[in-house]
Amino acid sequence: MTSGGKQEAEDASRPVPPARETLILTGNHAASFAVKAARVQVISAYPITPQSPVVEKLSEFVEDGELKARMIRVESEQSAMASLISASTTGTRVFTATSSHGLSYMHEQLAWAAGTRLPVVMCIVTRAIGAPWSVWPDHQDAVSERDTGWIQIFCEDNQEIYDTVLEAYKIAEDERVYLPVAVCYDGYILSHTLMPVELMSQAEVDKFLPPFKSHLMLAMSMDDPVGVNPVTVPEPREGFPAYMELRHRMQKALEGAAAVMEEVEAEFAKVSGRHHGGAVRSYRLDDAEVALVGMGSCSSQAKVAIDDLRAAGIKAGVLTVRLFRPFPKRQIREVLKGKKVVAVFDRDVAYGLEGALCAETKASLYGIPDPPYVHGFIVGIGGRDFTTENAIEGTRLAVERSRNREIHDETTWLNLMEGE
Amino acid sequence: MVNSRDPKSTIAAVQHPTVGEAGKTGTWRTFRPVIDENKCILVTSPKARCHTCWMFCPEGNISKTRPPRVNYDYCKGCGICAQSCPHDAIAMRKEEDEP
Repeated sequence: MTSGGKQEAEDASRPVPPARETLILTGNHAASFAVKAARVQVISAYPITPQSPVVEKLSEFVEDGELKARMIRVESEQSAMASLISASTTGTRVFTATSSHGLSYMHEQLAWAAGTRLPVVMCIVTRAIGAPWSVWPDHQDAVSERDTGWIQIFCEDNQEIYDTVLEAYKIAEDERVYLPVAVCYDGYILSHTLMPVELMSQAEVDKFLPPFKSHLMLAMSMDDPVGVNPVTVPEPREGFPAYMELRHRMQKALEGAAAVMEEVEAEFAKVSGRHHGGAVRSYRLDDAEVALVGMGSCSSQAKVAIDDLRAAGIKAGVLTVRLFRPFPKRQIREVLKGKKVVAVFDRDVAYGLEGALCAETKASLYGIPDPPYVHGFIVGIGGRDFTTENAIEGTRLAVERSRNREIHDETTWLNLMEGE
Repeated sequence: MVNSRDPKSTIAAVQHPTVGEAGKTGTWRTFRPVIDENKCILVTSPKARCHTCWMFCPEGNISKTRPPRVNYDYCKGCGICAQSCPHDAIAMRKEEDEP
């Protein structure tokens, strides 16, 4: 199931079990409640705006005895990830959260978590990367880490954050995957905005998410100990895979992860009655000729523009990319084939090229017959508003330029100051 | 089923510690530790307990014997044993000076 909003989930009419409660939560606290429900055992984090409230809430849960977890206070994000790698190796369910420069500081350890195939789950509360200094939202921090081997899922509202954190553990700990997952959501726009969030009962979560078993547990024997991640030589040794084989296995796992995510979503929908669409989510795309594509806050804003665009005679819909890594090429191809124009709104820049989502959307469509005209826009960098008007302006421009299939090598930025 | 001890299914690199896993690292040595049995307390005082060099050797190349013996096949000559010896019984000698 790659289309249909959560409100259209098949099981939405089933009776809600009494043990559930709905709270008014910020995006950050929605994440904290999900981590508590997942019975995470080790939490290690370093504070950074706008992520800090996630871990502050978790430390309250631990202090009150509501969550039996070990909080490790570390001196940096690099140490936060390093300590979680060790904990996860032994079969412990772990969590951290960070933003922006904290994530950049973790970069090296991100690659180690993925390369060791550890199901670490982290919230990235997305924010701009300096210079110049900015504490405001865009997607640059998360997008800049796309090649580390992590799975990255972008959320659009607080309920989706809660649900996605629970799904993230299920995906990460699946034996076909065994990879770390980042649950990404826009700083402030979601992290500090209150919304109603329905919490699952503990019994429901426990059933959905059984205790985690590390693939290294067999190796972690006190009687016959091993070293993890020794130097691997270029060629296989004694029949054991070398660096290249292990990296090949990691890439294969990523290639299969989108299908696992869709399975997990279907299972989650049965328990919760909510379905977020799997790897991608469609909004009014069935009869659309024009697709607006975005992640997180970009797609929320694009949806608001659809009524106005349709009133103006542009049959438009929105494709929300939830899964950014692994990039859901097949799902995107299936949804966008037959569309005439695709306007991609990126809250990030793959500097020196164009928006990352745009470049990858184009790559996904390569080779299909009669492909849509794809035009990218850079919007909302460093907390600049990405407005409904911007979404309409961009879509109109894309439609206009599509008439002559104009090729623009330079990027188009919306909502810049006058004269720029 | 993923099993880190099975080459077909493992997804991470693991290593079973064995002697010489990284080759004969003794060839890296510039200075070699030489234990002076006249100063080593394990020899001079049969009841004494020490083995500080054995404890500190980062490569596990010193035996827990009386006197302790250095495995020159793998000793890289770091000199930690000489620094840590409380009785000044270990000298670092340049490789070419003596066999």
